[in-house]
Amino acid sequence: MTALPLVALVGNPNAGKSALFNALTGARQKLGNYPGVTVERKAGRLPLPDGRPAELVDLPGTYSLLPGSPDEQVTRDVVMGRQAGERRPDALVIVVDAANLDNHLRFALELIALGLPTIVALNMVDLATRDGLELDATILSRELGVPVVPTVAVRKRGLDHLREELGTLLAGTAAAAPARPVRDFDATRKEARRIAGAAIVRETPSRRLTAAVDRVALHPIAGLALLLGLLFVMFQAVYAWSEAPIAMIEGLAEAAANAARAALPDGIFRSFLVDGVINGVGSVVVFLPQILILFFFILMLEATGYMVRAAFLMDGLMAKVGLSGRAFIPLLSSFACAVPGIMATRTISDPRDRLTTILIAPLMTCSARLPVYAVIIGAFIPARDIGYGVGLQGFVLFCLYVAGIIGAMLVALVLRLTVTKGASGGFLMEMPKYQWPRPQDILLGLWQRAVIFLKRAGTIIFASTVILWLLLSFPRVPDGDPTSQVDHSIAGRIASGLQVVLAPVGFNRDISLALIPAMAAREVAVSALATVYSIDAGDDEAALEQSLGDRLKRQWPLPTALAFLAWFIFAPQCISTIAVTRRETNGWRWPLFMVGYLFILAYIAAGITYWTATAAGL
Amino acid sequence: MRLTDLPLRQPAYVDRIDWTALPAADGQRLREFGLCEGASVEALHHGGLLGRGPIACRIGRMTIAMRRNHAAAVLVRTGAERAA
Repeated sequence: MTALPLVALVGNPNAGKSALFNALTGARQKLGNYPGVTVERKAGRLPLPDGRPAELVDLPGTYSLLPGSPDEQVTRDVVMGRQAGERRPDALVIVVDAANLDNHLRFALELIALGLPTIVALNMVDLATRDGLELDATILSRELGVPVVPTVAVRKRGLDHLREELGTLLAGTAAAAPARPVRDFDATRKEARRIAGAAIVRETPSRRLTAAVDRVALHPIAGLALLLGLLFVMFQAVYAWSEAPIAMIEGLAEAAANAARAALPDGIFRSFLVDGVINGVGSVVVFLPQILILFFFILMLEATGYMVRAAFLMDGLMAKVGLSGRAFIPLLSSFACAVPGIMATRTISDPRDRLTTILIAPLMTCSARLPVYAVIIGAFIPARDIGYGVGLQGFVLFCLYVAGIIGAMLVALVLRLTVTKGASGGFLMEMPKYQWPRPQDILLGLWQRAVIFLKRAGTIIFASTVILWLLLSFPRVPDGDPTSQVDHSIAGRIASGLQVVLAPVGFNRDISLALIPAMAAREVAVSALATVYSIDAGDDEAALEQSLGDRLKRQWPLPTALAFLAWFIFAPQCISTIAVTRRETNGWRWPLFMVGYLFILAYIAAGITYWTATAAGL
Repeated sequence: MRLTDLPLRQPAYVDRIDWTALPAADGQRLREFGLCEGASVEALHHGGLLGRGPIACRIGRMTIAMRRNHAAAVLVRTGAERAA
């Protein structure tokens, strides 16, 4: 069997490459990694008009074949046939933004000069028209010597035409592109400008939507208010929109637990299934709606082009703590998860800027911490309205996020004066046009996140919950012994030892117990507490009826709950974050440093919160 | 006049660029963004409030953001675009 023909999608960032990739391959995508580098490889199957499929690979966006980052290097090496683990593509689809021809054609000319069979996708022609540009694809095709297909990836326009041209190209029946002399940068730029001038048949200055929106979005005061407002709405929505789906999942978990109780005889297996599996994993899966809402906002901010504006607004502040505004994007992604956040720091070219950003990324409240916050806030903070339709619970959550951000800024400042001392790098970014994303692209992103989360719930979280259940259930308390099962168990004894260190900051035995498996994944802290209380309740019907929140409320004093929240602002890292930090910094030095400083800060923060709350008589 | 001093939304073109004042990698990136002598340029927004922020400007058809120290290396002349 011969391998499928390989087609590479290549182009400038913001040319709409990913949207085109999604539109051409649908949901049939395979995510992987290039060997030896931490760059994601995105590939999918592209059906050609004659029925044969081709493999389409989406290369990282870059501005030229002179790489400025590891991602851009992969693009160069693939198109030159030098990338390990990848064949040289049989054809290239160069994606250019119709409204930014001069610039994108320069890179396109560089790529065409490579001599591979090539098609140019003249993308986002609708936005160009909106800006008053009228283009002639035929002239462009004649000047470039390769087929040019106008497309609007987000509206699926021009895709059939593109597939047809690609089929012809791969069949080898198309006329070969004329050889072009290789030119230097300036000559290529001039040539691109000339061709763009020829292809633009009419240009009427029009009111540009982007410019109008930017007058508000980039305004020092109005823009900042808009950014804070958006973030605030985002965190309110995490609560407000998730109530109904959460109730549904809880109902399902309860029904499953009841069915298991009814169907199985009382005993160790039933305890395993109900206390360990259903209660443990169920208490984490219940947060899927909130995590998806958070990701929805982050995906929307990225896809609409707003994220770069946020980076622009924040650059002044970021510069003050020695960071680049560019760091804002990985940091905002870290609200979803620190792992992709830390990986996104690769776009920061200055090594010291990048290291500082990696070290503070875990301080951004990741979605795995959301279950912990949600359960404690739900139990201890009354669901009151504090005026203007703002809920107290959402407000407290907002404050926790802000505390993480302020913590991160202070840590960055200290790091920049000590371990990552040196001149700061710059801030150079393209500001793409605003556009309304295709709903399918957002849904696809959400779907991929949901699968990742449920996989975690099914593997890491499931395994830690089961191990914890084992450690909590054995050795069994002998009949007639008044000590509780939890106190008697292996886990209970370990926790009692740990508590010596943690008691001064108000942590009880159950928290000490939950913190160990929380190292695997932070949301396990919740399932661990659920398992502890489920086993503790034993056969006590009344206790089993109570939700985890009700039980916590009964058993924990308020200062302890607040200290627990403060601990999790700085919470010691999950294993995945430590692993990705090791990979991205090439060694154990920085991940160990990160874990160490976070532990110390978490302890101090929990302590101050506990002592203050106790002194205030809460 | 430096790009940092160019009034907002006043059409201008790039007169000269002091490439030696820019780190090599940043200079290369700016070239890729289309910055060159003769390119049309328009300052659009000054970031600020929380410290002296970056400048958003249009170069050719592209809108980019850069810090003031980079923008200070770009000398501009107001008026119509000069042929590149």
